[in-house]
Amino acid sequence: MLRSLRSELLKISTTRIWWILAAILFGYVGLTAAGMAALFTTIRQQPEGQLITAEMVPPLVYSVATAVGYVFPLLFGALATTTEFRHQTLTPTFLATPRRSAVLGGKVIAGAVWGVVYAVVGLLAAVGLGALVLAATGQETLLGDSDVWALLGRIVLAMMLWAMIGVAFGVLVSNQVAVIVIVLAFTQFVEPLLRLASSFWEWSARIGGYLPGAASDALVGSSIFTAFSGAATADSLEWWQGGLVLGGYAALFLVIGGLTTWRRDVT
Amino acid sequence: MTGAVIEIQSLTKRFGGTTAVDDLSFRVEPGVVTGFLGPNGAGKTTTLRSLVGLVRPTSGRATFDGTSYAELPNPLRTVGTALEAASFHPGRSGRDHLRVVGAAAGIPTARVDEVLAWVGLADAGGRRVGGYSLGMRQRLGLAFALLGDPGALVLDEPINGLDPEGIRWIRGFLRDLAAEGRTVLVSSHLLSEVQQTVDRVVIISRGRLAYEGTLDGLEGGAIARVHVDAADREALGRSLTAAGGQVEVAGDGLRVSGLDADAIGRHALAAGVPLRLLVPEREGLEDVFLGIVGEGEIR
Repeated sequence: MLRSLRSELLKISTTRIWWILAAILFGYVGLTAAGMAALFTTIRQQPEGQLITAEMVPPLVYSVATAVGYVFPLLFGALATTTEFRHQTLTPTFLATPRRSAVLGGKVIAGAVWGVVYAVVGLLAAVGLGALVLAATGQETLLGDSDVWALLGRIVLAMMLWAMIGVAFGVLVSNQVAVIVIVLAFTQFVEPLLRLASSFWEWSARIGGYLPGAASDALVGSSIFTAFSGAATADSLEWWQGGLVLGGYAALFLVIGGLTTWRRDVT
Repeated sequence: MTGAVIEIQSLTKRFGGTTAVDDLSFRVEPGVVTGFLGPNGAGKTTTLRSLVGLVRPTSGRATFDGTSYAELPNPLRTVGTALEAASFHPGRSGRDHLRVVGAAAGIPTARVDEVLAWVGLADAGGRRVGGYSLGMRQRLGLAFALLGDPGALVLDEPINGLDPEGIRWIRGFLRDLAAEGRTVLVSSHLLSEVQQTVDRVVIISRGRLAYEGTLDGLEGGAIARVHVDAADREALGRSLTAAGGQVEVAGDGLRVSGLDADAIGRHALAAGVPLRLLVPEREGLEDVFLGIVGEGEIR
């Protein structure tokens, strides 16, 4: 397992996709966080903008790292597994390690490690640029606040879980094109609509809380999405429940994928 | 070094309704190069993939000194495998490809550079595999097979795609590996491709064993014919037919089977027909091979 993990980490670092995604993540999250910091500064300068207190702004800005950035570790994890199917590199992989469960274990842990890397990149962008704009415009950054540091810790955990979900989902679907289409369509289009629709009734909002994106927001505890759709926040899960739901998705995909595509003949 | 004995026992593999390998059994001994021959679609690749645990057989076993591939403690150190030229990530360098699998088997990077030099890829190792020629991929595949310094080598069509210089190189290479005491199993769909390299052959056709033994034994099955001619071709034909030979008229003489050159000379002398040509002919090994596997049958 340890050797498999080393091999999997090396697989990631010897191809280019990880830093391409990391660069886009940094730019996307950094621009969004800086833009939001500037926007809140302007709003708070309006008389009616005082409803938003100084303490509310930094968590919203920093949680951009997951709120818009979670799709990157997810996509990364999914690509890391489907690339093996696509380029038939499962052949040398399984020749070196015939115990396929050990390979799978190594992949999931390597995915988790890289999820932390993406969390660091996302936080450098969100906190780095976001706090810079907040400080420059004379707003509170709350960087000395332990609650904010706990938030950052939960963001790291969320990004790690998203990368693991990606790895597991890649095993389940195995077709690289299909995985990219499903991940982008679901995260950017289907899930936001489902979350919006579920917020209309109390019973559906409770179910909607178990959608992966909603669970992720619950885990992090702050997000622009939940902040502006009031109904959903009331029924959102506790932070640890959100973490368990995300872990549950990863485990579910992993078990089904591990029992189906992963056991197939490699021809 | 003594390589492991490869043993295939009653191996059967069905894909849906198609039987790719049908109750196949054979043994591969160390110290010699064994050719694994059959036309495309005969089940060679399925057999080899079952042997190294990538394909789960429907029934039967495939072992190395009695142990299945999946149960080998560190398989790359016992068996080296080169399956097909396409199993590389195009964006990863050849050297990194070997480092990745090496890490999974606990093989140090120093060994990676050693095998790269061994197969002639020392300079190209740092380049991305996407830019490699088919011949370079074959060499990289061989480097992967040699990575763990294994006693047994399983190579699927390793000569395919090599240039003439590469073909000469790999022939010597395989002979050297066998001379060191390793078990070398090399598949090919062309007998002529491995004829000069292999000592023993296993021939399969439609998933079944068609021949197992030495090349000489295969040659023994060749039908000898004699190309003969005389000014009075008709008289010669009559006398040879009377002597029990099967005579076939060809444009440039007669092709006789059932009689050897000695007998033909004696019968011609007895009949008073002076010969102007007497040449024993051997059917080529390739023809024997095609005869065994079913000439021209494409499935």
